[in-house]
Amino acid sequence: MTDPRHPSADTASWFLSTARERLAGLLDPGSFTEFLPPTERVQSPHLALFDLPAAFDDGMVVGRGRLGKRAVLVAAQEGQFMGGTFAEVSGAKLVGLLRAARDDAKLPRIVLLLLDSGGVRLQEGNAGELAVAEVMRAIVEARGYGVTVIALVGGRAGAFGGAGLTAATCSRIAISEQGRTGVSGPEVIETNKGVEEFDSQDKALVWSVTGGRNRRLLGGADAYAGDTVAGFRDAVLALIDRAPPFDLATLRAEQRRLADRIERLGACNSAVEMWVALGIAEPQNIRNLDDTAFAEIVKGLRGAAYDAR
Amino acid sequence: MTLDEILSSLFPKGHDIDPRSDHLILGTGKRANGGTVEVVGIADGEALGIEGVLPLARRVLDIVASGGKAPILVIVDTQGQLMSRRDEMLGLNEYLAHLAKCLLLASRSGHPTVGLNYGKAAAGAFLATALATDVLVALPDAEPAVMDLPSMARVTKLPEDKLKDLSQTTPVFAPGLAFMSAVGAVAQVWDPAKPLADQLEATLVAVPAGDKRDLLGAERGGRPIAAQIARRVAHQASGDDYV
Repeated sequence: MTDPRHPSADTASWFLSTARERLAGLLDPGSFTEFLPPTERVQSPHLALFDLPAAFDDGMVVGRGRLGKRAVLVAAQEGQFMGGTFAEVSGAKLVGLLRAARDDAKLPRIVLLLLDSGGVRLQEGNAGELAVAEVMRAIVEARGYGVTVIALVGGRAGAFGGAGLTAATCSRIAISEQGRTGVSGPEVIETNKGVEEFDSQDKALVWSVTGGRNRRLLGGADAYAGDTVAGFRDAVLALIDRAPPFDLATLRAEQRRLADRIERLGACNSAVEMWVALGIAEPQNIRNLDDTAFAEIVKGLRGAAYDAR
Repeated sequence: MTLDEILSSLFPKGHDIDPRSDHLILGTGKRANGGTVEVVGIADGEALGIEGVLPLARRVLDIVASGGKAPILVIVDTQGQLMSRRDEMLGLNEYLAHLAKCLLLASRSGHPTVGLNYGKAAAGAFLATALATDVLVALPDAEPAVMDLPSMARVTKLPEDKLKDLSQTTPVFAPGLAFMSAVGAVAQVWDPAKPLADQLEATLVAVPAGDKRDLLGAERGGRPIAAQIARRVAHQASGDDYV
């Protein structure tokens, strides 16, 4: 899928790229149109109270473009601005995009959410928390009208807190090895429950619990992407036509999927124990595999294809 | 008010909700008009983990499957999501989002959903339950929050006193019912001195048809620009087609 016009963008690390670089590389060249671009200077009215600088996009880029010639709506969080957090303005931009998809059948029926977020921006905590609730509702409503919403998780801030719930509300999730997702981050759990509960300095432990490979093996993500723009483009293209409808049958299947996961893996004390229970022959080796070898292992697993959400 | 007092005042004609060792609330209450209200929730400030989600979600899905239009009341007193390495390892975000989706499905399927916050409500557990309803009400002693002020001081690296001072100028960040009301999250605060049954019936008559929380936040001044920004984005996306 290498695009000859964008060779460097294709191989650029998703993890290290900015939100705008990801969009420029992911979408067909020249196809992106931004809504409320930085020239309109829509910024947080609250950060100044905390003597913090604002950004003219509030760390959320929304618009439309084409991916492999198909029209898509897109939203990308900038993890390097306030940790990509949900706040009054950044949240409302995403809510507006999703509501437009819900209400206007002439708009693209695919929404890509390039998540890169630690969750709610505490300086605007109440507005941010409520924005996440509105986003989740708007995703469900758009899905109810046949819109496919795909989360892409592979940025520096991961997708935690409200962003972790947002990802799991989407029709589909693509994640890379560097992608991390969850609710409470390791540091928060360590601060509240002690280092014996979760040692946030133990990088291997953190990787095995929150990282993209564990999520993909358990079925917490539906596609595994290499950490490049091309990797995410391929993952999205593979998911785009097989999204579940939002209805009772899907949620009943998700209920079974999540109950089954506890039944099979609930007694495990570590990710490696879970991977053993999943029938993986050399679980200690998961970390060392290259992307291709890892993808082969995923193919043989029931949990990974058991993907109602 | 205690949960017992709340349930008695909500359902003078009776209910079948018994205390459970897992602190979940599951059952049915009788309405004055002869109908029923399905009740789910979490009590005693209990943290919500993956095991807590499943019975609640199953119940909501059974209600949807059984048809009818019975309202669902989501009663919440939870300190937040369970902070546990094990639950995170198993994908707590998927479990919490699943519960929210089940409630949103119920609402789309014709069951009006009402959240009732009577104690704590925080973070991811708040999103999975009370914030995933059509309308959220609270009792005056409720303490909804994203995070408590001392933790917030730690994360933002600002002194707690400074945060306290700032909370006098803006409702946008500080914990508490007044602030959550100002941003539009909590629609009404019920009066514990009056029968809750009547207040529930009044709330059910006026369940909003869509998500109006951003308009409420603008009206109350706690979230001044969110509604307008969402509209501007939708307008630019759709051009003149967006009304």
